[in-house]
Amino acid sequence: MDVLTKQELEYLEQELKRKANEIEKDAVGAQWSEHCSYKSSKKYLHLLPTKGKHVIVGPGYDAGVLDVGDGYVLTVHIESHNHPSAIEPFGGAATGVGGVIRDIMSMGTRPIAVLDALRFAPIVEEGNHSVAKSEWLFKNVVKGIADYGNCIGIPTVGGEIEFDPSFQDYCLVDVAAIGFGRKIDIITNDAEADDIIILAGGPTGRDGIRGASFASKTLEEDNRSAVQIPDPFLEKLLLEATMEAVKRGCLKCIKDLGGGGLSCCLSETSDNLGRGFDIELTKIHTRESHMTPNELMISESQERMLYITSKPKLSILQSILEKYGIKYSIIGTVQRHQNLVIRHSGKVVMQMPSHLVAHAPLADRVAKRPHYIDKMKRIKRPIQPSNLGKVLLSLLADPTIASKRWVYQQYDHEVGIRTVIKPGSSNAAVMRLDNGKFVSVKLDGNSKQCYLDPYQGTLGSLSEGFRNIICSGADPIGVVDHLQFASPEEPEIYWTFIQAINAIIDYCKFMEVPVVGGKVSFYNETARGPIKPSPVIGTLGLVENQRYLMQMALSANESIFIVGYTQPEMGGSEYYEYFHKITGGKVPVVNLEVDRQNMNAVLNLIKMGLVSCAHDCSKGGFAVALSEMAMSGSIGFKVQLDAIPTSCKQIDELLFSETHSRYIIATKDPKSVYETLSSNGVRFAEIGKTVPAHIEFIKGNRQTIRLSLKQLEAKFYLLERILHP
Amino acid sequence: MAARIGIAVFPGSNCDRDVHHILNNIIGIEADFIWHTKDRINGYDAMIIPGGFAFGDRLRPGIIAAHSPIMNEVRRIAKDGLPVLGICNGFQILVESGLLPGALMMNDSLRFVCRWTNVQVTNNKTPFTSEFSPKQIFGIPVAHGDGRYVADSKILKELKKKNQIVLRYASDNPNGSTDLIAGICNEESNVMGMMPHPERASESILSVDRSRNNISSNNNNNNNDAVTIFKSLVSNLKQKAIA
Repeated sequence: MDVLTKQELEYLEQELKRKANEIEKDAVGAQWSEHCSYKSSKKYLHLLPTKGKHVIVGPGYDAGVLDVGDGYVLTVHIESHNHPSAIEPFGGAATGVGGVIRDIMSMGTRPIAVLDALRFAPIVEEGNHSVAKSEWLFKNVVKGIADYGNCIGIPTVGGEIEFDPSFQDYCLVDVAAIGFGRKIDIITNDAEADDIIILAGGPTGRDGIRGASFASKTLEEDNRSAVQIPDPFLEKLLLEATMEAVKRGCLKCIKDLGGGGLSCCLSETSDNLGRGFDIELTKIHTRESHMTPNELMISESQERMLYITSKPKLSILQSILEKYGIKYSIIGTVQRHQNLVIRHSGKVVMQMPSHLVAHAPLADRVAKRPHYIDKMKRIKRPIQPSNLGKVLLSLLADPTIASKRWVYQQYDHEVGIRTVIKPGSSNAAVMRLDNGKFVSVKLDGNSKQCYLDPYQGTLGSLSEGFRNIICSGADPIGVVDHLQFASPEEPEIYWTFIQAINAIIDYCKFMEVPVVGGKVSFYNETARGPIKPSPVIGTLGLVENQRYLMQMALSANESIFIVGYTQPEMGGSEYYEYFHKITGGKVPVVNLEVDRQNMNAVLNLIKMGLVSCAHDCSKGGFAVALSEMAMSGSIGFKVQLDAIPTSCKQIDELLFSETHSRYIIATKDPKSVYETLSSNGVRFAEIGKTVPAHIEFIKGNRQTIRLSLKQLEAKFYLLERILHP
Repeated sequence: MAARIGIAVFPGSNCDRDVHHILNNIIGIEADFIWHTKDRINGYDAMIIPGGFAFGDRLRPGIIAAHSPIMNEVRRIAKDGLPVLGICNGFQILVESGLLPGALMMNDSLRFVCRWTNVQVTNNKTPFTSEFSPKQIFGIPVAHGDGRYVADSKILKELKKKNQIVLRYASDNPNGSTDLIAGICNEESNVMGMMPHPERASESILSVDRSRNNISSNNNNNNNDAVTIFKSLVSNLKQKAIA
């Protein structure tokens, strides 16, 4: 398998002024893969706003670092493991969790939470029969995440799951991790000549060979040898050893080994430090004998860390690694020059400037607006069903909307005793920090809307992320993004990528919230075709005061308000896609000014202590959001649809449109809420009250929908009945 | 001298720091981590074996940890009549060490389960439950893959006869345990193992959740009652010190 393109090889040899040998081609090929080099995306990624008042370290390192005050920092990172998970869902998902956790450790912080955004083809067909292949992928991805996170003792606290036919025979597995630590412990990565380079953790074997290159091609056949084998117990030992070593000040540099193996790890670290390395490959502890230099350089065996320490501190580090029974090898030293010198039994097998290896020549990609975009906008509006209660029940059972209890109860989401707001009860997960503040975090994406309009779809995912954070009582402080597309060599795909990244730039600049990390994953396609564009947005918020903590559960004697203006924006809605099986229509448009106004108004009410619960309208629209609040609190409601500010002419559109920037809040003090919102100049209305056991939507003096909570719950919790009868 | 509690730490323990926080910062008793290779323990008035995945649950949960040097000391401490509490994986380790009877098998769902449930105190005469009122029911989370308590009829009969069943699941059976058993003690009642996690339910901030998805409805107000496990232990240590 040639991993370098002809042009890349020419460039490499021109720079080297000589022929590259086979080992060099393999090692550089791993680093220059799309997965590691970002060669198709880099020139756009530079345009993201990355500075802000909380930012200490922006994108580019293993994880972004945010200052949360009192000498503490948060770290955050997101990655995907799509190709491996599509072939071997258990191992692929588990090693995905492992990889992102090591990125957090590499900054010198302890991981305190993991979140996952998962995408599969539908697992349920008409009549509630499960669909074998996607159900197999789904169940095993969940089990892989659970086994790894549970064993290592880091809570999996949230995420999201979307089902869409474009993921047939495939899946997207995005994992984000949050770390917490002291500012003074942040590993700044500096090293001097003669410092010692140590490879610690799992022995290097032939698993995951060319994994990064494999992830940089479309998925055409099963390549199991490119999938790595997870060992969460070893990772747990590495975690504790790393934390102890950080505390004792014996690490100058930490870097985890991930995609591209040692080749990427060494070249990136050496380039970052501005210092060359002299490495002896035969020192590496291996799982198998007779591994070739190529294999040693590009193996992606898991649970490995690179440490750099000084000579005087070496014995401390060794004693810590030995305490935890972690195998390690001293593989080389830091040099005065800036070259990567790799030896095998003393003989130099690779020698070139680290900078050259770490920086692939950028690929020039062509973008072209796809034809389908305009065609899809013009579709015939479906006839409004006569029984809208049935529609609501059907949407509550839509696996994208339905309760994910079956999933999150398999994840230990409480270990570490920081999880204050737990999965299923709020819009975002909330973890307590040691300084009395709380971090709120959520992942959001919407492949259906991003397919129809990648720019507005991505804006929408950001708006949804911000709304989720706001509804937990937090101020947004940072964003991470994971941009997942099919082949960038396809101009129409590349165009969707540019649209998505422009949306992130525009939204984050407008909201003045920095992008602190991210990842790009291309070539997400199978023989069946490309996936829909799937940017996933991770939003982080800071809750400054325990009094602001907010959940979605309604309770007795509360008045219900809606904030925002509902428009007939049905494109990519679950109502169109899941209920009517229609792909097309106008995707919800985010008005940035309105989005910010509504956000500030709701957060203001929360901080004033006027709100008893809050939830945002997203997938399934207003009717689903309010039903979720009712089920969460085990109480009903009675609301008047005529009061809702809207331009919708049809009731189904009013109920199920996914217009952004909308919030539902409940209060025991409607007068003050009314006055405060009026003075903020936002569109809003008081629409009803909580009542026992039933939900009612009323239009004029007619009951549009009347259902019991029991009926709602029977549908909302359908997933667990289907998955384990 | 003030009472001290030792927390055994094995490679793969992951609730050790949580228990340490509750004891030191919430209860206000000194507690230290003790690494599993320690073969001599002095100066501790009670031991806690915390939850987690000691040795990665290899072979089967608890079996390798049961052969760690520290467990010889835990056996000696137990024999001396000092309190020993095993939580979750700690319960599995105590069973594998022979300090408690029976076995903990894979959940009947065949899946890991993490959620809140209710347990009832069925013996409030142990050093870990003495501050509970008789038959008190309280909310507490479980998080385990192998928590189904199993014992043969002879052992079960003995357990009942000697009042060794300390805690029973009270609203449902999250793992299929025989007789709803959530926690048992030895004959002398100074060694107790329990699957649910009291350290996760010892602060009101950790149970502020309004949602019925997580907290069972009949216990919405006082969901940090599980702290009474640690309070009972500490009050027993203090009484002993006075006596």
